[in-house]
Amino acid sequence: MGGIYALMSIGLNLIFGVIKVVNFAHGEFLMLGMYIAYWAFTLYGLDPYVSLPLVAISILALGALTQGLIINPLLKTKEINQVLATIGLMIFLENLALFLWKSDFRSVLTAYSAASISIGEMRISFARLLAFAVAMGTALAFYALLTKTDVGRRIRAVAQDAEAAELMGIDHRRIYIATFGLGGALVGVAAAAMSPIYYAFPTVGALFGPTAFIVVVLGGLGSFIGAMIGGLIIGIVESIAGVLTNAELAKAFAFAIFLLVLFRKPTGLFGERARV
Amino acid sequence: MLSVKGLSVAYGEIQVVWDLNLEVGKGEKVAMVGPNGAGKTTTLKSIVGLIPPKSGRVEFLGEDITGKHAHDIVRKGITLVPEGRRLFPKMTVIENLELGAFTPEAKAKKGDTLEWIFQIFPVLKERRNQTAETLSGGEGQMLAIARGLMSRPKLLMLDEPSLGLAPKLVAQIFASFERLHEEGMTILLVEQFVAKALSFAERGYLLERGRIVKEGAGEELLRDEYIRKVYVGG
Repeated sequence: MGGIYALMSIGLNLIFGVIKVVNFAHGEFLMLGMYIAYWAFTLYGLDPYVSLPLVAISILALGALTQGLIINPLLKTKEINQVLATIGLMIFLENLALFLWKSDFRSVLTAYSAASISIGEMRISFARLLAFAVAMGTALAFYALLTKTDVGRRIRAVAQDAEAAELMGIDHRRIYIATFGLGGALVGVAAAAMSPIYYAFPTVGALFGPTAFIVVVLGGLGSFIGAMIGGLIIGIVESIAGVLTNAELAKAFAFAIFLLVLFRKPTGLFGERARV
Repeated sequence: MLSVKGLSVAYGEIQVVWDLNLEVGKGEKVAMVGPNGAGKTTTLKSIVGLIPPKSGRVEFLGEDITGKHAHDIVRKGITLVPEGRRLFPKMTVIENLELGAFTPEAKAKKGDTLEWIFQIFPVLKERRNQTAETLSGGEGQMLAIARGLMSRPKLLMLDEPSLGLAPKLVAQIFASFERLHEEGMTILLVEQFVAKALSFAERGYLLERGRIVKEGAGEELLRDEYIRKVYVGG
């Protein structure tokens, strides 16, 4: 799960770092992505890793639309309005899913869902290993996009100084749309990779969204590496705690680690002092 | 080339610039001076579209550009080197420069422009792979100017380029403006450093509390009794 958390958190952190908006509907993006993967599997027999590009592109579109239609028009108003808008979107998406698909737990049972690989005493679930590998690969590809391409450079320029970027001829509103879209695409990949190992249900976002927030704050706001490492830490803590105690307590342990780190270093592991 | 007519700018209820008229001809070097808070920066920001004017008209090369977006105005050929440099701190010198060459025309000429810029500011070539935040104040200002030049502007507007720099560096930066002027660049310079700016410029404007109170040839303004008493000190 660490990889999934990392991917979600990188997306969340990107949106916050560039647009300075906290996307409260982030978990619900994941939920929708999981449903798309589920229906692609159930209706058309598509393996989640086959439908992954479709899921990623759908959530990319959802992210871009969210920015273009909801956040951009609110940019000149108070920041609280933008946050409230994403909270509204969160509630809307959750209820939309409830209305369309009921509250049933739905799972994608692939041939490899139950398969595992044994290394000595340890048994590692194949589906989880695959999800981890895909998540890490996507994170690295995204990092390359951010550092090596023109679009990536523009996104970083807008993140560092949106007004100066305008003076260079960069339309920051369009960059915002691209950024929210990319953040969505990362969630889409996470959703597809997660669907063989976890159920889709309307409130699944409420389960994973907050974890992504913890990871972002733990790793440090605005830090790519922070979101990545933070995701892995929370993932590992949760699974170890899950083995030693029980699954219900695992989240509590993750929160405990989170609090401990914040007491020692309020800006998070890799955070610098907050930029306004 | 640039013609500003009856420009008024307000932040919400508070009006900062009142009925301002300003002309900059092709190849001219013009200075706008005045104390802190007079509205100089606001005027520049309004010209490039960062702040929409309340009323008035901005024309560039005969075209009405009032209220256009900043990123579109750059394409027309106006570049503002903003106050406080506003570099991209986490990016290298070369990345900062490349971001300056955003328009297709500028991109096509990028190689030549870089060479030209490294001639004017050789230190940037040495520092090309350092991040902008590691530069000294003078180097940072040179990078800000160089980044502005990367767009191959027809009109270069500079906001307080000497702010916080040692006299020697100020002299060096003004020397680069002279060089740009000789190469045909049109320059609109905004400065608090009145004596320096007016001796550089062919024409000047004095802005106080959002209004132009004096205008004329640079030398003429330098001899002006009021300006000497208040701004030049003797």
